[in-house]
Amino acid sequence: MAQQTLQEPPAATTGRRRLRWRPRSTFGRHALTVVVAMVAVMLVLEFTSPFRNSQLATMSYYAIAAAGLTVLTGVNGQISLGHGALMAVGAYTTGLLLGPDGDGALPLPLIMLVAATVTALVGTVVGAAAARLHGPYLAGATLALAVAVPGLAIYFDHTLGGEQGLRIASPEVPGWFDATIYFLFAHETPSAKYLAYLGWGTLLLVLLLLANLMAGRVGRVWRAVRDDEVAAELAGIRLGRVRVLAFVVSAACAGLAGAVLGVVVRLAAPSGFTIVLSLGLLTAVVVGGLGSLVGALLGSALLVFLPPAVTNLGTAAGLDGTQAAQLAPFVYGVVLVLVMLLAPTGAVGVFTKVWRKR
Amino acid sequence: MKARALCATLAAALLLSACGAGGRPAEGGAGAEAEVGITPTSVKVGAHFPLTGVAAPGYSEIPTGTKAYFDFVNAAGGVHGRQIEYVFRDDAYNPTQTSQIVNELVLQDQVFAIMGGLGTPTHSAVLDQLNSEGVPDLFVSSGSLLWDHPADNPMTFGWQPDYEIEAKIIGQYVAQNFPDSRVGLFLQDDDLGRDAEIGARRYLESQIVAAERYTPGNTDVAPQIAALQAAGADLVIGFNVPSYTALSQLQSLRLNYQPQWIYSNIGSDPTLVGSLLARFSEGAVTDAGLLEGVLTTEYLPGVDTPESPWTQLFQRVWDAHGGEGELTNYRVYGMAEAYTFVQALQAAGPNPTREGIVEAVERSGATFEGPWVAPFRYSADRHAGISGVQVTRITGGTTENLTPVLVTDNGDAPITEAPGEPPAPPADGIPDVQPAS
Repeated sequence: MAQQTLQEPPAATTGRRRLRWRPRSTFGRHALTVVVAMVAVMLVLEFTSPFRNSQLATMSYYAIAAAGLTVLTGVNGQISLGHGALMAVGAYTTGLLLGPDGDGALPLPLIMLVAATVTALVGTVVGAAAARLHGPYLAGATLALAVAVPGLAIYFDHTLGGEQGLRIASPEVPGWFDATIYFLFAHETPSAKYLAYLGWGTLLLVLLLLANLMAGRVGRVWRAVRDDEVAAELAGIRLGRVRVLAFVVSAACAGLAGAVLGVVVRLAAPSGFTIVLSLGLLTAVVVGGLGSLVGALLGSALLVFLPPAVTNLGTAAGLDGTQAAQLAPFVYGVVLVLVMLLAPTGAVGVFTKVWRKR
Repeated sequence: MKARALCATLAAALLLSACGAGGRPAEGGAGAEAEVGITPTSVKVGAHFPLTGVAAPGYSEIPTGTKAYFDFVNAAGGVHGRQIEYVFRDDAYNPTQTSQIVNELVLQDQVFAIMGGLGTPTHSAVLDQLNSEGVPDLFVSSGSLLWDHPADNPMTFGWQPDYEIEAKIIGQYVAQNFPDSRVGLFLQDDDLGRDAEIGARRYLESQIVAAERYTPGNTDVAPQIAALQAAGADLVIGFNVPSYTALSQLQSLRLNYQPQWIYSNIGSDPTLVGSLLARFSEGAVTDAGLLEGVLTTEYLPGVDTPESPWTQLFQRVWDAHGGEGELTNYRVYGMAEAYTFVQALQAAGPNPTREGIVEAVERSGATFEGPWVAPFRYSADRHAGISGVQVTRITGGTTENLTPVLVTDNGDAPITEAPGEPPAPPADGIPDVQPAS
């Protein structure tokens, strides 16, 4: 756990007096990072191919969900194998509100907010049950969620579209957005690029909020509960309430991720939210570095960029299409095993260690 | 200090490789703008298939058949001097991945067309995208009626007989040959079952005593089979995927329920069902013997009819250009789709464009001749695939034809016998379609 303590920004313990005369508050620092990141994202999106844009859009929704999960698992110490199902709740909510043609629907940001709220409500229920469970029992309960929720979509197939899923309208590029980008870069904005902007905008907003939450009192309490329950309880922390809050925050992120997934993929179908998705998110968080938001970003990048890269390497090495496709999950598994064996703190852990060693 | 520099370099390199690769697509060359995916010597086609995951057994063989046939055509000089480059990628039967894969095919690989993409839920995820970007979406590997909406989806074409006409033909056969039977329906609870039920009820409304539906993914079919038994159904028609053929057979064996079974074409491949039976029963049932006497339909010659000239042609192609493994019915399916695509490309003329190939299929697709038993229904306002099937019985590992080829269309179109004999393959095994103009 030493690495994690090291990564944390110096907590704003010295209090309000310092905030008053130092303009560089924790929030200020985080906001500055996000603004710089936004500029970087704009440059990357404007100067890469449409295919990379679509890959980055995909990465954004994985990263939003992974950021939420890293808060739950890394910071609060609860495991969830059901985040794929929570993403499904967000995606289906978006689909139902946006409709198949997107006419006369609510504005997209509002819909995304509703999706996050609905998922947070589901998260409250699940979290209330989860707060009483530990270890394998918690894993089992959330696993049940991952298995059951896609089944609901098939059962209520008249409203939710069954196996074929619910078509979701892809939002139009707003005129002001197109105009701004053209003003800045003299580039047109095709739909794929707009979706990447939407995804990354949401992602950076989520990261900003989560980073602040983790740096403040709430984050401290979460970590206290993770590290020693008895000590936390003795310090006057109510375990149940804290656990449920972590679950709700994490679920809201998953719901937002689902909403972004819905508009990017243009479909919410049960086969898109299987247990494989939930496990994928968990591996992303672990490989990237548990408890670190940067780690969640790295892990989701791996999730998106590794399989096609491996498949293309396989094809270049002379394998036929089927073998090359089968190589991707294999290499992914090998990477996961190696990380667990050689770098259990994940990519971020290794970087920090090397950095501090000089 | 060194380590720090190394770390920074590594991070920078990672960042670059993640974002930088790929580059911008090449601008159109001087003069006339070249069509995407077409060069004077090549044409690039893409497809999405489940190559890994639960749907991979069987279906992952289809693109290997397609590839073998394209290699065969390429070895003979290609189409209008162009070699066909065929790229197929894995979507693991997950619609979210299908959308990523198709992005990769269309934006990165810059394919001219998508051909034979498999699966109803998977392909519907990319339907809007392909049509709004104007990418030809030819010959979807699914019998859903979704692909036949030329007004909304002008680039998309179906290929195999849809579930409704197959059910109509089965329904009429049962009404004529088993007029006193009490019919039960065993349906997958999605488009497959819904379309098929509409077709079957057209002929069997008075005979149907029970219609039981299963939810795909739930492997317990005991309630459905028990309900069919309780309703006294002595003939059951199953519109289901292969794994549910195996499950329903095992369950009725357990209940000592022995109706006459009929399975739709997609659920009845004896080899695949046989291996599934062995797996589900943990070795208690070792082959497709349970399927003895079961009725089904066919629209392509299979590997069980080695005397068919088409099977012989495909065997020749597979021996020369196939990879590992034997020729299977799935590979034949892939080759037949490839055969259709070659015809479409020939019809599009020496300078094919994306719109041109769609128009060519609309104009002359109905006259394409190949291994399929009945013609396609392509026209300017129809994008529906093969128009008929033949009812067959599975006996001793092969099939026996019970009816001539029956042809019909959706809705209340009558069922008629196909005129004439099925055509023989061309001597060189490559179709010769004149450009449609």
